[in-house]
Order: sequence, then C-alpha cells, then structure tokens
Amino acid sequence: MYFYLKNLTPAQQIGALFVTVFGILLLASLTAFALSIREFQDEALAAQRRSALQRFDGILRTSWFMVLVFWLGWMIGNRTALALFGGVSFFALREFLTLSPTRRGDHRSLVLTFFVVLPLQYWLVWLEHFDMFAVFIPVFVFLALPFASALANDPTRFLERNAKLQWGIMVCVYGMSHVPALLMLHFPGYDHRNAFMVFFLVIVVQTCMVAQHFAARRFPHDPIAPSISSSFQLHSWAIGMLVGSMVGAVLAGITPWVPGTAFAFAWIACLAGTMGHFVMKALKRDRGIPSWGPQGQSTTGAGGLLDRVDALCFAAPVFFHSARWYFNL
Amino acid sequence: MRAKIMGYFLLGLVRLLTGSQARWVGCPPKAEQRIYFANHQSHADLVMIWAALPQELRNVTRAIAARDYWTKTPFRQWLTTAVFNVIYVSRERNADEDPLEPLVEALTNGDSIILFPEGTRGHADDPQPFKAGLYNLAQKFPAAVLVPAWINNVQHVLPKGEVVPVPVLCSVTFGAPVRIEPGETCREFLARARSCVVALREI
Repeated sequence: MYFYLKNLTPAQQIGALFVTVFGILLLASLTAFALSIREFQDEALAAQRRSALQRFDGILRTSWFMVLVFWLGWMIGNRTALALFGGVSFFALREFLTLSPTRRGDHRSLVLTFFVVLPLQYWLVWLEHFDMFAVFIPVFVFLALPFASALANDPTRFLERNAKLQWGIMVCVYGMSHVPALLMLHFPGYDHRNAFMVFFLVIVVQTCMVAQHFAARRFPHDPIAPSISSSFQLHSWAIGMLVGSMVGAVLAGITPWVPGTAFAFAWIACLAGTMGHFVMKALKRDRGIPSWGPQGQSTTGAGGLLDRVDALCFAAPVFFHSARWYFNL
Repeated sequence: MRAKIMGYFLLGLVRLLTGSQARWVGCPPKAEQRIYFANHQSHADLVMIWAALPQELRNVTRAIAARDYWTKTPFRQWLTTAVFNVIYVSRERNADEDPLEPLVEALTNGDSIILFPEGTRGHADDPQPFKAGLYNLAQKFPAAVLVPAWINNVQHVLPKGEVVPVPVLCSVTFGAPVRIEPGETCREFLARARSCVVALREI
C-alpha cells in the first residue's frame, strides 16, 4: 500500500489526499446527521447535545467550505489558488478594519491598502520574489502608508489610526500571503507536491486549535490571562501543542521531511498559531466584541472569516521562513 | 436586459464591498405597502437598502432621487430609471407644483417607497432634523406602514468628494413600524421618527 502510494505521480497523490479528506468529511457529516435525528429522554441533556451538535455542524460546514476551496484552487492551478487566497485576505482585512474606526482622512490610505498593497503583495508572491515579498509590507508599506495618511491633514489620533491599519495589513495580508507562498517553495526532490505543504500547515494548526479548545472544556484549569481568554490554559495549550505536533509527525509522509523534522516544524507552526490566536483574542477584548464578523450574527455564535483563519495568519509566516531558513531555499 | 445585468453587477459590487447585511429587528420583510425612512450619509444609501431587501420586494420598492442631480447625464438617468426605477422629485420649491406629487402618485399605485427625510446627505454623527414630507405622506396614506431603518457605516465607504469606495462592513437595521399617534403634531411626529431611527444605531 505504501509503495503503491509512493509510486503514484504527485498529481495522483494529491488527488488521493483530497479523496481521503472528502471521505472523512462525508463520514463526519453523516455521523452528525445520524446523531441529530436521535431522540433523548432527558430534555436538558437533549438541549445540551443539540447545542454541541450545532457547534460541530458549524465546524463541519467551515471545513467543507475550506476543503472545497483548496480543491478548486488545486484543480485550477497555483495562480488561481493565489487569487483565492487574495480574496480571503480581502475579506479578512475588510472585517478587521470595519471594527477599527477610521476617520475621513484615512480614506486614501485605505484605498491604497485594499487596491494597491494587497494586489502588490500577492503579485510578488506570484513572481516568487521571496526577499522582496518578505520585506515589502514591514518596510516599504510601513513607511509609505503613514506618509499618505499624514498628507490627508488630520492629526487626530494619528498614531492610533495608522497603527491599527498597519496591524490589519500585517495580519490579514502579510500573514495570509505566506500560505500560497508555500506553493512556491522548491524543496529538493519534492516538486509539484507543494499543495501537501499547505495542507500540512492548515491541518496541523487547525487540529491544534480544536484540540486546545476541547481540552480546555474537558479538563478545565485556571486560565493564564483570564481578562483576555478564559480558555487559554497551560494544560490545554500543552495538550493542543502535543496533538498538533503528533499530527504533523504522522503526516510526515506527505512532506519532504522525516517524522522528527515534521514534528519540529509542526510544533513551530502550532506555537505561532496559538500565540497569534491569543493575541487576536486580546485585540477583540480591547474592542469589546466577541468576534470579528458582522456584529448582529455574534449572538448566534457564528464567527466571521477572520476568526477562523487568524491562527493560520500568524502560523504561516513563521512556518514559511523557518522552512526557508532551515533548508537554505 | 442591460438594466438587469447592471442591477446584478451593482448588487454584487455592494455585497463585495460592504457585505450589505440586512437586520430585520422590528418587522419581517413583508409584501405590503411600506414607506422605509432612513438616515442619509452617501449616495450608496439607496443601493444599500435596495440590496438589503429580498428580491421580490426590490421591484416594487422605489427610491426618491433628486431630479436635478440624477438627470444631468444620460447614464445617470438610465441608471435611476431602468435599473432602480426611482421617483424623481424636484428640489426647488415651485409655487404651483407640490414637490410630493410624484410620491403621492407612486403610493396611490401601491408601490413602496424609500425616503430620506433629512433631505440631503448629512456628515455629522447624528442625522439632521427630518423634513415634513414624511408626515404629509403618512397622513395621506394611513394604510402604508412606516418602517425606520438605520444604515450603518456607509459614510466610510464613499465619503463626499471621493471616487474610489473602500470595503467596510455595512448593515441596514430595520426597526418596528411607527404610526402617527392621534393628536400628534408634525414636529412631534418627526422628532419621534428621528429618535426611532437613531435608536436603531445601538441595536
């Protein structure tokens, strides 16, 4: 079985991966459906089960959507996958900046951000100018955008407005653009299979977040920083990190690494992801909002796009640059 | 045909830029004769409410547009007649012409209308005082349901004097219908209607 898989062409291998993932999702959806039509005697228990199932449903729906998007991106090709991730950046940035109130004078900076900086960053990824796209936003945009803002002649809360804009760009554009950038890394002996790297990163980070979330509910301990997050606890964090890294080691076969290296890289990605998620939680608490999405929906628990991908936005640059540095690519 | 395509294009554009979330807090979207009144911050207000309505109601809900501005070029005229089916009103006060005449005609035909009682686009945080048109229409057509709406955030999308819109999440919150209480004067009713609209901002 192993040698059969090894001997398939890269495209066939990735196709097999998608078949597996769709199969797992289908099984999960069928299970959720079967559980939902089950009847319970105790009404309170039934209500509890129903709400848990609803949450699970939400995760499932997001997973279906993400896998479909990845599959489409892979089918259509690297360049279109890039455009798809550009779209994700666009919507995430839109959510972030909606909740960072801007003034009239910021309009030009915002236009530049959405319609110049974002496309330029993704275009640099397309051209595989790794050195340039790693410094474009932290150096050039960081210096140029406040200048455009200053030209608008509005000094009220100048630092605050520009800092918020810069943060949004770093997280939503810079961070997100490193995910499709993984598709452009050329590992020796690993050509045309970079879709697996993206899959590896996403699965590892998402598994870590989900494991951390479940561990925090099952084995509650004192949170590290209760004002920021009631579920970020040392024990659940450690469990999440361990589970994420183990998943990474198990998936080592689809990466160009041995399980030990895959474990280490998964650990790095999970670290950055959990730290990033915690930081975004702090930002949300500062604004006094439960999620980045449209505010009316937050009462039903449905989050926005940024809530789902924020761990990925932090993990991707760290993962990308660690891999690039370690392998001298 | 072209008008339909333009309509869908604008709908997609508004959704892409603003998310155009409709929040029916005080009443559901119903096919009855309604007068929607909202705060007015930018030209995108009309498209925002229009995009927030379900498709069946979009065809029968007509907005008000100032004749002098929107008939200046053929494109603007085509946009407002073929795509949006607006009602033109003249902003100049002529002695012999009742400015509400086209609105009355539309309401007699059974259409629902979208009205911005401030009259012009405002730039402050709070809406300007409402003009009397809403009161007169409500008196003439007691059967029409008056629905207040608050359009949120749209002033950030396209402020006055700018050309390129900025993507910001906007929402339209529709509140509970208001009615003229017996014995209420025009001033009192307008103040109450305005406070209803402002109250929707907090929800």
